Amino acid sequence: MTRLWGASRLTYAALIAAGLMSIFPIYWMFVVASRSSDAMGQVPPPVTPGGNLGANIARLFSNTDAYFLTGLINSAIVATTVTVSVVFFSTLAGFAFAKLRFKGRNALLLVIVATMMVPTQLGVIPLYMLMTRLNWNDRLPAVIVPALVTGFGVFMMRQYASQAVSGELIEAARVDGCGTARIYWNVVLPALRPAAAVLGLLTFMTTWNDFLWPYAVLNDPENPTVQLSLRALSDGYYQDMSQVFTGTAIATLPLLLVFVLFGRQIIGGIMEGAVKA
Amino acid sequence: MTVGVQRQPVGAAPAAPPARPPRGVRLSRLDQRYSPYLYIAPFFLLFGVFGLYPLAYTFWVSLHDWDLLGTEHAFVGAENYTKLMADPDFWHAVVNTLGIFVISTVPQLLLALWLANLLNRQLRARTTFRMAVLVPNVTSTAAVAIVFGVLFGREFGMINWLLDLVGVDPIGWKSNRFASWVAISAMVDWRWTGYNALIFLAAMQAIPRDLYESAAIDGANRARQFWSITVPLLKPTLIFTVIISTIGGLQLFTEPRLFHSGTNPIRGGPMRESQTMTMYMFENAFAPHYNFGYGSAVAWLLFALIAIVAAINVLMLRRLSGDGGGRTGKKGKRR
Repeated sequence: MTRLWGASRLTYAALIAAGLMSIFPIYWMFVVASRSSDAMGQVPPPVTPGGNLGANIARLFSNTDAYFLTGLINSAIVATTVTVSVVFFSTLAGFAFAKLRFKGRNALLLVIVATMMVPTQLGVIPLYMLMTRLNWNDRLPAVIVPALVTGFGVFMMRQYASQAVSGELIEAARVDGCGTARIYWNVVLPALRPAAAVLGLLTFMTTWNDFLWPYAVLNDPENPTVQLSLRALSDGYYQDMSQVFTGTAIATLPLLLVFVLFGRQIIGGIMEGAVKA
Repeated sequence: MTVGVQRQPVGAAPAAPPARPPRGVRLSRLDQRYSPYLYIAPFFLLFGVFGLYPLAYTFWVSLHDWDLLGTEHAFVGAENYTKLMADPDFWHAVVNTLGIFVISTVPQLLLALWLANLLNRQLRARTTFRMAVLVPNVTSTAAVAIVFGVLFGREFGMINWLLDLVGVDPIGWKSNRFASWVAISAMVDWRWTGYNALIFLAAMQAIPRDLYESAAIDGANRARQFWSITVPLLKPTLIFTVIISTIGGLQLFTEPRLFHSGTNPIRGGPMRESQTMTMYMFENAFAPHYNFGYGSAVAWLLFALIAIVAAINVLMLRRLSGDGGGRTGKKGKRR
């Protein structure tokens, strides 16, 4: 490996500045979440954590407008269900597209790529009507079921399976009398595990963060997702910012934990996908 | 007829007992032929019902006078569209959407390109830097919108306080139309610049090093190498990010919606300072109006706008450096 471009001090300075700007709003969110409610009016604005976090959390969970605990539980249910489903169906379909021969394979794959280009939220109005007819309005299936599959997931697994799953291994398993289902379970799934993990992480985060569709279909304030609880807090007439920020901090915490633990894999996934796209 | 049928024609039932292969073989043939369809069926079924059908049905609804309470949905043809064309609030939202899109996307992609170039050097703590620039992308959009709404507050916002330190009068980030565009763009850029930088970085690392080495031998300095080698070879990636940014940027909803609070936040400020098209669609289709027909017409025009803007962007990028079909376009480079 030839050393082409060394990084100068200036490069480091610029990157550190970019990093600090990226982190500051998140850091500041935790600062305000740990201070008393008059922190907002202080000049200069506080930039170090205070000792009020416990009291703020207590007030947040007893706030009768936000249903914050329900929101957290609902978001956990929705994000987990959707993640498991997306990973399962994406590995299944991705394997079929990468390794099995069938009529119309390429055309169907093109359809999947096309679905990634179509802004699905434009179908929000009929989707809302459909949910009314199914009697799912204000209930979790309304936000779970439409998200059970994604074109992005299928495409990503297909790209990975083409190179990670060996054709010889599949052939050998066939000769040994394995059916396709067993091949998927015993040969393909283990080989796809790294990419499936990244897909799972990305799906979990996206679902946890989703705002537009839940906002449209979950209108019952007593049954929100956590993002809708944040909206209720932020739209409230009292502007109790330390409480609102405690909410945003708690809603962001699971994502930050996932990122700290698996950041390397997530970055790898984003960069791998970029080269092939 | 049944003389020596060894290879069955596709899809035909086994012809006659003598040539009948054993049961296990037949089963495995069926398995090989049809199981792929079984594996991709869940995607197509679910996407058909919850993705494709609503999209097409939106168009159908948009041709009707259709609201929540009415049982009669009269067919009105293009009436919703003609009404929209004469609706000043709609055009106001279109201008907001395009304005926010332009002032967020252009700096975002240029910054991302510059960041990627920095990240592409011999760095210590490489992963740490990459994680730091990506962290905004994994935070909750709603949370970020609320936090930025406070940072950009008029009275107690940190941004105005910083401006005050350098002697600039406080800016009404929520009451001035252009200022609210800038604030929302800052939010969008904060979230997406690092993500795009990583995508550019991945593409940069796929460029063969010897290209740079021979350019260096020819006496091209670092800047020259960047503009003559890196940027032309990144064109497919640039086109990809521009399309993705267009689809995402023109549908902007969560950030402007949560940037505003108080009464009627779906209007994006008291005078609709930063109401985007998706917000306008919501205002008409859901509370308070529940006019599905009108909202669906907004949705389809937004769809059309996305297609047009994406096409214009791709054409512009193509023009920028020849047609760049794998060649490093040395000609047509403008300084």
